[in-house]
Amino acid sequence: MLNNQGRPTGVDNVTSSSAVNGAALLPSEPLIFEIGTKEKSGVDLPALDQNVGSKLGKFARKSDIDLPALTEPQAMRHYVRISRLNYSIDAGFYPLGSCTMKHNPRLNEKMARLPGIADIHPLQPQSTVQGAIELMEELAHWLMELTGTKAVSMTPKAGAHGEMCGMMAIKAAHEANGQSHRNIVLVPESAHGTNPATAAFLGYKVKPIKAREDGTVDVQAVKDALDENVAGIMLTNPNTCGLFEPDVIEIADAVHEAGAYFYCDGANFNAIMGVIRPGDLGIDAMHINLHKTFSTPHGGGGPGAGPVVLSDALAPFAPLPYAKRDGDKLTLVENKGEGSDHLGRLSAFHGQMGMYVRALTYMLSHGVDGLGRAARDAVLNANYLKAKLSDLYNAPYGDQPCMHEVLFDDSTLKGTGVSTLDLAKAMIDEGYHPMTMYFPLVVHGAMLIEPTESESLHTLDQFIGTMRELMEDAKAGNVERFTNAPMKAPMRRLDETRAARSPILKWEAPTQQKAAE
Amino acid sequence: MRYLPNSDQDRQVMRDAIGIKSDDELFVRVPKKVFDTAKPDLPDHQPEFAVEAHIRQLARKNRAGGDGPFFVGAGAYRHHVPASVDHLIQRSEFLTAYTPYQPEISQGTLQMLFEFQTQVANLTGMEVANASLYDGSTAAMEAVLMARRLKKRDGVVVSGGLHPQYRDTIATYLGKDPAFKCMDADPQAQEDIIAQIDDSTACVVVQSPDFYGNLRDLRPIAEAAHEKGALLIAVFTEVVSLGAIESPGAQGADIVVGEGQSIGNPLTFGGPYVGLMATHPNLVRQMPGRVCGETVDAEGNRGFVLTLSTREQHIRRDKATSNICTNSGLCALAFSIHMSLLGEKGIEHLALLNHQQAVKTADALSKIDGVEVLNSYFFNEFTVKLPKAAAPIVEALAEKNILAGVPVSRLEPGKKELENLLVIAATELTSDADIDALTNALKEVI
Repeated sequence: MLNNQGRPTGVDNVTSSSAVNGAALLPSEPLIFEIGTKEKSGVDLPALDQNVGSKLGKFARKSDIDLPALTEPQAMRHYVRISRLNYSIDAGFYPLGSCTMKHNPRLNEKMARLPGIADIHPLQPQSTVQGAIELMEELAHWLMELTGTKAVSMTPKAGAHGEMCGMMAIKAAHEANGQSHRNIVLVPESAHGTNPATAAFLGYKVKPIKAREDGTVDVQAVKDALDENVAGIMLTNPNTCGLFEPDVIEIADAVHEAGAYFYCDGANFNAIMGVIRPGDLGIDAMHINLHKTFSTPHGGGGPGAGPVVLSDALAPFAPLPYAKRDGDKLTLVENKGEGSDHLGRLSAFHGQMGMYVRALTYMLSHGVDGLGRAARDAVLNANYLKAKLSDLYNAPYGDQPCMHEVLFDDSTLKGTGVSTLDLAKAMIDEGYHPMTMYFPLVVHGAMLIEPTESESLHTLDQFIGTMRELMEDAKAGNVERFTNAPMKAPMRRLDETRAARSPILKWEAPTQQKAAE
Repeated sequence: MRYLPNSDQDRQVMRDAIGIKSDDELFVRVPKKVFDTAKPDLPDHQPEFAVEAHIRQLARKNRAGGDGPFFVGAGAYRHHVPASVDHLIQRSEFLTAYTPYQPEISQGTLQMLFEFQTQVANLTGMEVANASLYDGSTAAMEAVLMARRLKKRDGVVVSGGLHPQYRDTIATYLGKDPAFKCMDADPQAQEDIIAQIDDSTACVVVQSPDFYGNLRDLRPIAEAAHEKGALLIAVFTEVVSLGAIESPGAQGADIVVGEGQSIGNPLTFGGPYVGLMATHPNLVRQMPGRVCGETVDAEGNRGFVLTLSTREQHIRRDKATSNICTNSGLCALAFSIHMSLLGEKGIEHLALLNHQQAVKTADALSKIDGVEVLNSYFFNEFTVKLPKAAAPIVEALAEKNILAGVPVSRLEPGKKELENLLVIAATELTSDADIDALTNALKEVI
């Protein structure tokens, strides 16, 4: 999540210069523009037929594009080399809270590459893609059964897009009911940044709701904030502090009583899938991040998929397209019918089929029994970390069990000269990807650790050993180990301030650079 | 349960350490009446081969592009993806990494994004590009909102040549805004969009090659827009075209957005794809999405970071430029690797090959009695007017295992004047035999 706060670094604060461990296998690699050539190509194509005329007319390109090429061996080496500069879940523990970095089964990848999946066009006749629509229908059935809802829109392309979908449905429902004056959305302070951003995007005023001492939402605060101008509430459950909202049903009832709707951010569904159905809690809309909960890979930042389950009240406002079954024949309804309440399109075509097939493969592999076990394991793993670390790290809401992630604050680092950011960077030197830092915002110097069900007891014990040793070392005054970290990564700390102050967002040839100066 | 590493003994060790007897105690704050009560109507876990058999059985019901002649385009295109591209994007380090928030251990993704941004900027003729958006249609929508923020004006004029589903996507976000003006469907690039630009216009949205395949001259539109203080948003759905035609940047576009699927990414029924967005440096601070920038590390070595994040939702919350969090990283990687393999010569050759096969197809079809090619200039896609409704003809040809193209009526239903129009695309994968097959079969069914 948000890991770019903390002490700015700079070229000037160099305190030591040590050889990077493993440098022999991690050479720095130039950019393609520095090693490629314009004369060659890594792709062979048949010669052009000189007898065929051109229909480009005056539009034919006259100027150079300026793109270098790498032949295939050069490309393999370039990308393999830079890939080795990345941390990944396959290579190590990635306890990034709120991001659900779980194992990505390779069967998913294999299935996504079947010609009957990868090589079908969204606009070829629907009679020729019945298997694809059936796959969407089957995945929709899983999502509705797991959430206890009766409608789902498959189209959103990521969690934030799903939020947009759900909130637009809420807005449309209010408009249809003559309630378009409702212009306020309640958002707890601990919410993901996407929640207020989505509400604001749709023209809503965001009203923050304070958390109680125990990290959960205060029902009374919600009730006090509800009036005839509130369109809905956006609530994450389990919440971003890693806690189940105990009063969620009472909150849902109050929201509905006030004529508003309940949007649930489903980012943390991994803690409860197969165990608790959000539909039973009174939600009206909830997105599900297939790339978190259902293991479609994160791919260095996407693509994702964010289907949204909808309550009966919001189902008529689902966006296009949606599937319809008539006996054996499946149809994707792609256009708005006369008098239909459906939102229009949120994007071209039919959503993220490549992600659907991966998610369905994962669900079928786990089965409903396995998904429930996975959720319990994720919760068990997080509580085990909490139990084994709470004497050295302060869990601000530690007197209750956490869900699938455990939240610590930085109070035990106080006076050491070591910040959450420094601790995180020191974890890199120990071979771990840092946890989510400085989020949620309701806790000082937050450290949000999500182990997922994919980690073994052995891995957790090693991690616990490292985290204990780090805290002890910080308290013992070995500050440089932290403030200079990472020392053993492919790079030392990067100067983010410099990057933002005078942005260089594109490679320029050295001569061009000179001319620009 | 092959994905769960802990044994029952391991779990017991953990329960003992936590001080609980059963996992259920961890869910103590969940209201009793909703805890573990439902029995979903879903199967239990299955071995890998059983799952594979099930998915294969679904996939077999679909007619794959490679199973016969294929002329479907209209925003997604069937191109060859080199084997090395798919191999490289499946490397664990790319596939199973998160967003590069820890730059010291994410330089692979970050360097790739910096290279990607440069490729996209050069290809579109712009100075800056972002690290990708969901797809072309949402990129177009984001560009419209970006232009409105920059100009502090509401007026949006959309060309009748814009992909109808892109237009509909923008329309969904803008709602019933009276400042949103869509030109009528314009299959022959005859509209007078310049007449619609006035002092309240924030942006004009024009696609080239357009939905019907026409190449459009952006220069006069850019000039007219700039004269009124408005921005030109240039859209493309076929990025390969930029290897053959003058870039939108060279024609005066202010924001260029488009679909990057054609390079490196398979069709996959419409997603995931990769939205491209490029612009001028002075407009960057209102640009949505992630951006990667160059910097140095504590030892002065060149490195890359995500930057300008003060625009983004995780910092700005309700004041962010967009609610976007996830982008299309792995698809951007596939794009970038494929583009690196192609290079300048390769993309130009590929583009001209696409054009050549489309010209051949158009020439062959125009010789059929009653079939008229509407376009004067096109890239790898064009529109034909048939003597009767296109949709049933496409179905009839599909029966003969020929996927003939996209009937315009599928995206523009109920418009009588568009009913007979068929949009046909050819790529480097279209063979001369495919063209013969389409021509002969079309003769039979009309």
